[in-house]
Amino acid sequence: MSPNFHIAFRFLTAKKRAMLMSLSCTVLGVGLFIVTQATTSGFEEFFIKTILGTNGALRIDDKIQDTMRSMNAGGGSDFLVSHREGVKYIQGVEEPKRVIAGLNDFANVSGTSAVLQGNVLVRSSFKNETAQVFGINLDEHLKVSDLRSQIVQGDISTFREAPTGALMGKVLAERLQLDVGNSFILDYQGELRRYRVSAIYETGVTDIDKVRVYVHMNEARSLLKKPIGVTFIQVNLFNKDRAVEDAFQMQEVLKHSAQAWQDREKSWLSAFHALSVSSAITVSVFTLIAGLAMFNTLAMIVLEKTKDIAILRSMGYERRDITRIFLWQAAIVLAIGAIVGALIGVVGTFAVSKIPLPINGIFKTETFQVSWNGWHYVEAVLTAAIMVMAASIIPARRAARLEPGDIVRGTAQ
Amino acid sequence: MLRCSDLNRYLGQGEGRVHVLKGVSFEARRGQVYAIVGPSGCGKSTLLYLLGLLDQPDGGEIAINGQVMSNNDDAARTAARGAHIGFVFQFHFLMLEFSALENVMMPMRKLAKLTPAEMTARAHELLTSVGLGDKTHRLGTQLSGGEQQRVAVARALANEPSIILADEPTGNLDVKNSTMVFDLLTRLAKDHGQAVVLVTHNPEIANRCDSVRPMRDGLFV
Repeated sequence: MSPNFHIAFRFLTAKKRAMLMSLSCTVLGVGLFIVTQATTSGFEEFFIKTILGTNGALRIDDKIQDTMRSMNAGGGSDFLVSHREGVKYIQGVEEPKRVIAGLNDFANVSGTSAVLQGNVLVRSSFKNETAQVFGINLDEHLKVSDLRSQIVQGDISTFREAPTGALMGKVLAERLQLDVGNSFILDYQGELRRYRVSAIYETGVTDIDKVRVYVHMNEARSLLKKPIGVTFIQVNLFNKDRAVEDAFQMQEVLKHSAQAWQDREKSWLSAFHALSVSSAITVSVFTLIAGLAMFNTLAMIVLEKTKDIAILRSMGYERRDITRIFLWQAAIVLAIGAIVGALIGVVGTFAVSKIPLPINGIFKTETFQVSWNGWHYVEAVLTAAIMVMAASIIPARRAARLEPGDIVRGTAQ
Repeated sequence: MLRCSDLNRYLGQGEGRVHVLKGVSFEARRGQVYAIVGPSGCGKSTLLYLLGLLDQPDGGEIAINGQVMSNNDDAARTAARGAHIGFVFQFHFLMLEFSALENVMMPMRKLAKLTPAEMTARAHELLTSVGLGDKTHRLGTQLSGGEQQRVAVARALANEPSIILADEPTGNLDVKNSTMVFDLLTRLAKDHGQAVVLVTHNPEIANRCDSVRPMRDGLFV
């Protein structure tokens, strides 16, 4: 143990009450920072998981029309200058097989599903509701979504085996008072076709569960009168975080609009980010208080220990030793506060994850969602370290500036 | 070994500025005990703190073992204090959160010339020599005033300094303890060939020193 650390430890333990005050503020600051970040990130991650499980990581849709025009450079040469006028789109994907083949060349692509979408009227014996029919190839779609785990009534194998089967969102089924096995009619511009509910799914996203009806691709082609092409291709990725970069490359290569989940859900993600930052700022107030408490403790110790500082200086301890003695005190409080605060963060996060909190709308959950992310602990400790050490510098430097001659003479300021 | 010449020192500011030392010269040699005496405010303690490099003069120079130290930077003066000078203050100035042993080891730990075991052994030896061998683990608060001052003497000797500066070391003690502390200081200093410069108001103590230097109005008289 270095002499400076030894002295710092004794000085600190001699002021137990003040030290415990600083310590408890640090513990509270670190612990609350971790818990709030765990919950806000938890809901954000759960939202991302939900949207990836429903709409996939990427969506390839409208074809980009080549609008490049060329202009002769003049002067008798054959040189042509190209310029882009603006992007025009042709709705949908005309050649899904070619595009899927192109998508499969991307190493990060783990699955693709062609989807034919159209707006329909759903008629049950009870009432009618507008909805969107999604024509899918089930096995392909299961590779790009969590549809299997989203089934809440019935069995997905029933849908696979029934050519006129349908998967209906829970909210829509409730509105139409339909159960598994009930039949209903899809009406597309006067074309009526009867289907049977094979299973009911629930994504937790109300906007999906109240409108979306999955049918087999062939049925969708017949109903929507689209023998070729699809509305979009849903893509799943091994590394979801690379979706933006992949979307850019796919758009360049495949000449189809490609939208990553980050762009698609930008407004929600921005809201979660803002919530996370605001809660971090709010909780940082506790670490700010910890810093102020530390400042107060050290300023008090400096005032009470001026004679000890004079003794140390008379014995050959340098100004930097005095600075270190006071910074060590802050570091000791910080280290204990960080460890205990992190433990409280773990326990608090676990406890919060067990609190019942039914949410349905943007996702479905019954309890608080938490994220177990090591970076939250690092951020919490760094925030506390900045606050506590910054607050300690002033009293530490003040202690180091004291002139031993002035102290023993009794004229120290 | 310790020499100062033409020392000048002003204290205070503005109209309250006082010329405390007015060209003081002084020399101390190994194995000798010097007493600086005089009325309060004559500059005795100011001179002592300057000699101990705790303060900087406004004029003149201080040399230790032939090396001029008064104009050096703080780090050099601090290093010189740690290596060459031991202090004994009137109010002992023990660090009360530490035991007697730890107080005595404090200068040694900073100098770091000895191993921890050697430091402990030396601190034990010094405390035994001042009659506190059985109270080494007592905190400062658990010692009487006389005992605390004896610990301060042991601490001053810890790094075997060539100079011991004592500012009224017996000023806060009864006669019995005063005699004991003075005897101790002079005996240990003589045994180890150290120069002792002490400021005192006590004429009996002063008369027992090898040399007495009276001061008045910032000058030796």
